[in-house]
Amino acid sequence: MMPQSAPSISSDALLEVDNLVVEYPVGSRIVHAVSGVSLQIARGETLGLVGESGCGKSTLGRAVLQLRRPTAGRVLFDGHDLTAMQGDVLRLMRRRVQLIFQDPIASLNPRRKIGDIVAEPLVIAGVKDPERRRQLVYEVLSAVGLDPTLVVGRLPHEFSGGQCQRICIARALILNPEFIVCDEPVSALDVSIRAQILNLLEEMKARFGLTLLFIAHDLAVVKAVSDRVAVMYLGRLCEVGPSEQLFARPAHPYTALLIEAIPMPDPDVRPAETVPVGEPPSPIAPPSGCRFRTRCPRADQRCSDEMPELRAVAPGQFVACHHPLI
Amino acid sequence: MNGNNLLSVEDVVVDLPTPRGNLRAVDHVGLTVGAGRTLGIVGESGCGKTMLSRAVLQLLPKKAKLSGRVMFDGQDLLQLPPEKLRKLRGRSLAVVFQDPMTSLNPVLTIGTQLIETLQEHLELDDAAATRRSVELLAAVGIPAPEQRLAQYPHQLSGGMRQRVAIAIALSCEPKLLIADEPTTALDVTIQAQILDLLAREQRRRHMAMIIITHDLGVVAGRTDEVAVMYAGRVVERAPTPALFKKMRMPYTEALLAALPKLDAAPHTPLPAISGRPPDPTRPLKGCSFSPRCRYAVARCQNEKPALEATETKAHQFACFHPIEAHADANA
Ligand SMILES: Nc1ncnc2c1ncn2[C@@H]1O[C@H](COP(=O)(O)OP(=O)(O)OP(=O)(O)O)[C@@H](O)[C@H]1O
Ligand SMILES: Nc1ncnc2c1ncn2[C@@H]1O[C@H](COP(=O)(O)OP(=O)(O)OP(=O)(O)O)[C@@H](O)[C@H]1O
Ligand code: SF4
Ligand code: SF4
Ligand SMILES: [Mg+2]
Ligand SMILES: [Mg+2]
Repeated sequence: MMPQSAPSISSDALLEVDNLVVEYPVGSRIVHAVSGVSLQIARGETLGLVGESGCGKSTLGRAVLQLRRPTAGRVLFDGHDLTAMQGDVLRLMRRRVQLIFQDPIASLNPRRKIGDIVAEPLVIAGVKDPERRRQLVYEVLSAVGLDPTLVVGRLPHEFSGGQCQRICIARALILNPEFIVCDEPVSALDVSIRAQILNLLEEMKARFGLTLLFIAHDLAVVKAVSDRVAVMYLGRLCEVGPSEQLFARPAHPYTALLIEAIPMPDPDVRPAETVPVGEPPSPIAPPSGCRFRTRCPRADQRCSDEMPELRAVAPGQFVACHHPLI
Repeated sequence: MNGNNLLSVEDVVVDLPTPRGNLRAVDHVGLTVGAGRTLGIVGESGCGKTMLSRAVLQLLPKKAKLSGRVMFDGQDLLQLPPEKLRKLRGRSLAVVFQDPMTSLNPVLTIGTQLIETLQEHLELDDAAATRRSVELLAAVGIPAPEQRLAQYPHQLSGGMRQRVAIAIALSCEPKLLIADEPTTALDVTIQAQILDLLAREQRRRHMAMIIITHDLGVVAGRTDEVAVMYAGRVVERAPTPALFKKMRMPYTEALLAALPKLDAAPHTPLPAISGRPPDPTRPLKGCSFSPRCRYAVARCQNEKPALEATETKAHQFACFHPIEAHADANA
């Protein structure tokens, strides 16, 4: 697979993903979930990752954290190659990175008390003093806006989706990580609760100096929290660029399509009835050349013969397309 | 209200017994939909949107208690015998659910399901029903419709399944289509395609439609009228342009404000609504939104505001302290 690379705006990359490939064998066939993705995330930056269901966002996020070992490629975290690490070395490194899931309720053990759930990473990390653990649990629960005295003794089912997501965030923060993959952290939440959690994540990011990979399928949500945005389609990156620039002047036809399809809460903006019919093809047999060509209004022969590589179209903005919009 | 309403829901209450006590899912709701018109019902999870649509369809859980009146096409649905009701559903009153598998049978082919629906309600022979099925699948944007007839639902993507569910719902030319979050489970590009499809078919067939959603963006460009629900009640109702021009009920305004805006710079804090909706088994004495409302006054805790019209009859809201009153007071 040809590499795709998007240099970051800063040279101080905390995370560097280099030509990552993840494949799932299914029977005798192979799902090409992530096919040669490269990206960098600078220290203190939030990179948003958007794309339709099944395009490989979660797979990429999990492979970055080595929760799924990649088929090929490297993941450098703070200069260390995670893909080359095993056992205790990897476990120690993993403390510095965390994952927050889409479904907060399902990601909490229903039979354990909140206090124990949030303390669990401490136990695994070998913090033996129960008083110290209790103190850290109280601190982090307060930080995410919950009253520790009211929640530690209760079970997950006694909490709403938004409160469960706060608990998950507390659990992710307790080891003081540097980097968090947020995999659709607000997709399952209601609008009024979603805004609370997005604000909380931003607050936590500033307070604890976090670096985030923020995965979502909602472009407005991604834009609200991301410095840069990466658009993914069928296992490949289409476009990467600074958030405002990318939304104002998308270079990739797929980015433009995604932006056009957003339902705008404004009756004066007539929905564009130009969204082409069609759905992403199967990642088991992705199209030759550009993977978007089966839905792309600009596709030509070259698009089926030649796979486009990411290249700069504007400062900080990179696109993988033979006929970009800018 | 006026005589040419296709659907009129009057003072509907749905109570559900639960281990925690009675749960009032729908609390004195009144709504109307004219022939060929589109109504959007917007509200957050658990506010009663689905229970209200199920009350209209007479498809409530067995243990549910329903009161009020549902008039559809001149008939009182609460008085209709089950046999007649079944005939009506699928014929002139159709529904599309969030999860297309709710309405599709996993063990029957797409063709069998379409043809059976057509033959149950219309007098068509096999050849005519097959022809009609192919036309319907083509109309909802399914490529190679002849071949799809032999496929099972699991062989289709989520978006394609929802198209099939829509084809079945449209098959007998209903007068009213209720679409309960028809696109929530789908991707944005597919969502836009399905909404376009519904809008096109609605216009073409002069069919009335109720779109239920939690997304103000979905109703903005695609409905004639919007009803906003909160904790089982309709709290604001207006023609769509009027609603977006001037929201009167604080909850509606807060809901719109809490949405991330594409034209806002990254890292702009969102005006979130603090707290969460009340426990529906512990109804509040006053306005259900009062614990979260920044305009709440003492009266709001003790009395329930009724849904009322003020200057323009079409724009109704349930609030003692509607938003314009503030602007005027400050001016
Ligand atoms: N464990 C697995 N075994 C086989 N295939 C898998 C596995 N996990 C994911 N896939 C497939 O890999 C592809 C990428 O899936 P992934 O979950 O990464 O997508 P995603 O972008 O996160 O989608 P969503 O928005 O629905 O969460 C999909 O085609 C999916 O069906
Ligand atoms: N079968 C049931 N038995 C008891 N309570 C129920 C049942 N179904 C729904 N409820 C409750 O009734 C209330 C209204 O639910 P409803 O499904 O109508 O909400 P909704 O607005 O459609 O929400 P969503 O956006 O999540 O679909 C909720 O409090 C819900 O928990
Ligand atoms: S490379 Fe060709 S098919 Fe792919 S996005 Fe660009 S124009 Fe479209
Ligand atoms: S009645 Fe009172 S509490 Fe309710 S929305 Fe109006 S101002 Fe707010
Ligand atoms: Mg995912
Ligand atoms: Mg519902």
